[in-house]
Amino acid sequence: MDQIILEAKAVSKYFHDPVTVQVLTDINFSINRGDFVSVIGKSGCGKSTLLYILSTMDTDYTGDILIDGESMRNKREVELARVRNEKIGFVFQFHYLLNEFSVLKNVMLPGLKLGKYSEKEVEHRAYEKLKILGIESEALKKPNQVSGGQKQRVAIARALINDPLIIMGDEPTGNLDKKNSEIVFDIFKELADVYNQSLLIVTHDNEFALRTDRIIEMEDGRIL
Amino acid sequence: MNVRLLVSISGSLLLARLKQTIVAAVGVTFSITMFVTLLSFMSGLNDLLDGLIINRTAHIRLYNEIKPSDLQPVNLSETYRSYHNFVSSVKPKKERLQIYNNGAIMDFLRTDKRISGIAPKITTQVFYNVGAIDLTGVINGIDVEAENRLFLFQDYVTEGNYIDLKNTPSSIILGKGLAEKMLADIGDIIQVTTAKGERMQLKVVGYFQSGLQDIDNAQSYASINTTQKLLGESGTYITDIQIKLKDITLAPDIAKEYQKLFDLEAIDIQTANSQFETGSSVRTLISYSVGITLLIVAGFGIYNILNMMIYEKMDSIAILKATGFSGRDVNRIFIGIALTIGVLGGILGLILGFGLSVAIDQIPFNTAALPTIKTYPINYNPRFYVIGAVFSIVTTYFAGFFPSRKASKIDPVIIIRGK
Repeated sequence: MDQIILEAKAVSKYFHDPVTVQVLTDINFSINRGDFVSVIGKSGCGKSTLLYILSTMDTDYTGDILIDGESMRNKREVELARVRNEKIGFVFQFHYLLNEFSVLKNVMLPGLKLGKYSEKEVEHRAYEKLKILGIESEALKKPNQVSGGQKQRVAIARALINDPLIIMGDEPTGNLDKKNSEIVFDIFKELADVYNQSLLIVTHDNEFALRTDRIIEMEDGRIL
Repeated sequence: MNVRLLVSISGSLLLARLKQTIVAAVGVTFSITMFVTLLSFMSGLNDLLDGLIINRTAHIRLYNEIKPSDLQPVNLSETYRSYHNFVSSVKPKKERLQIYNNGAIMDFLRTDKRISGIAPKITTQVFYNVGAIDLTGVINGIDVEAENRLFLFQDYVTEGNYIDLKNTPSSIILGKGLAEKMLADIGDIIQVTTAKGERMQLKVVGYFQSGLQDIDNAQSYASINTTQKLLGESGTYITDIQIKLKDITLAPDIAKEYQKLFDLEAIDIQTANSQFETGSSVRTLISYSVGITLLIVAGFGIYNILNMMIYEKMDSIAILKATGFSGRDVNRIFIGIALTIGVLGGILGLILGFGLSVAIDQIPFNTAALPTIKTYPINYNPRFYVIGAVFSIVTTYFAGFFPSRKASKIDPVIIIRGK
């Protein structure tokens, strides 16, 4: 069970504009399958920056990232997109649902892009994910017709559609009230415990972090 | 699967901004409509004006010309060949206008694969006698059937039946202007005098109207037999051989060839009527420029709308990229939007362009100069539609190219962190 799925090796990053500032210094850590990890730290300590590097969206760094044992250095943009599509699920602070599509279609989009299953199967799987999150009744509504908490749950369902290796969250409860935060946390917990899903969640909510399996605390671009 | 997915995303984005999409497509539609209509109309007009000349003029005309001989006898002499010979007061010699051995020439021409038809002709000066007054003019003796087949003779015969010229012995078809001067009605007998003083009575069987006043006021047509009789010549006498080619562009070369071969004067239509070709090509050029300008303006419209759409959809693009769509996919989505606008607008434009052309084709256009034309001329050449279709796709593709590239380069991190 202690299979390493995500590993950061000597990751450093600099911002060059307007002056060169080192935002991440020699980050080394790894995440095993089924880990529920939270990253905490003060605003500006580089935790979001680290998340975007780990997620392959930011490629301007030194060191190396291994996802599922594969190096992310020297991969082309199309290949990185494929990795994000297949192995990483995202939940952001803001839900980023596409208002042109129904809730169901929003969940289906990454699955259709992956092309591993037929459209019918993807639809069936999307329904199942929505069911896990308890919002299957909203499936055919447009995103702007459901509540904020529900939107975030749709975003989680979208992150789950391709059965990713890891779910990454950037302040996923940051925009939610207490009750909805609780629901989202419970979902994450359930995913980790019941479905053995790995999660890496950036948060500044210490209460949230304390209840996760493992806390990575950051300060001034370093892991404490 | 991937293509279908991208198409469905393009479609949804299009439908989400339906109004803008329609405005952009209407721009393309309008420009394609105008492009097709303008070219059809202009080209129709060109064909009409060219037809005035080209349809009733031989592509190559073979004839004898009275002119001074290029070679004087002294030049042919062996003895004086290397001398400088000065011959003064050279005059043209009396030479018959008849084409010698024309039967054999025509038989030979009929075997030439490049030729679509030939028609013999006699041109002769006459006086039309009206009471005490003589009007000068020209009678064209023609092979009625060949003339009609090659030069659409019946189109210009506005009254009477052209074939009567062949069926009625000693008959004539007068130019409209000439007939008015002579007060000659159809069925009347008129008298003509040849240059040599022969007189003959001819029956008027019709009027023709060529659209060129000078011709209508002086010329008339008779059959070849009648003209030969009038001139007192034998049945082999003809003065011109008119040749119509399958490919008109070959005329200058073939004319030169025949000039050598038959030792006759040969003039091609391009040399005889060079001004028409120039006019046509300039008019065509102007229509194309206007049409393409319209399309480019429509292209800028699409460019603007796509740019706006990309700014509005920045979030959507970012999340698509975050969840695994590559820059190329995003590029294709927006190119897809541009091409959809181009194709829909283009197709509608072609249909409306055809409709507008048909409408113009119904507008009455009567002019004394052009008896066969009743409505504005339109050329329904499919080429204009093909060019319009290709251009609508090409311009919209380029209009979509830069905004799409911009969209594909959007960095999702910046958008997502910016919130």
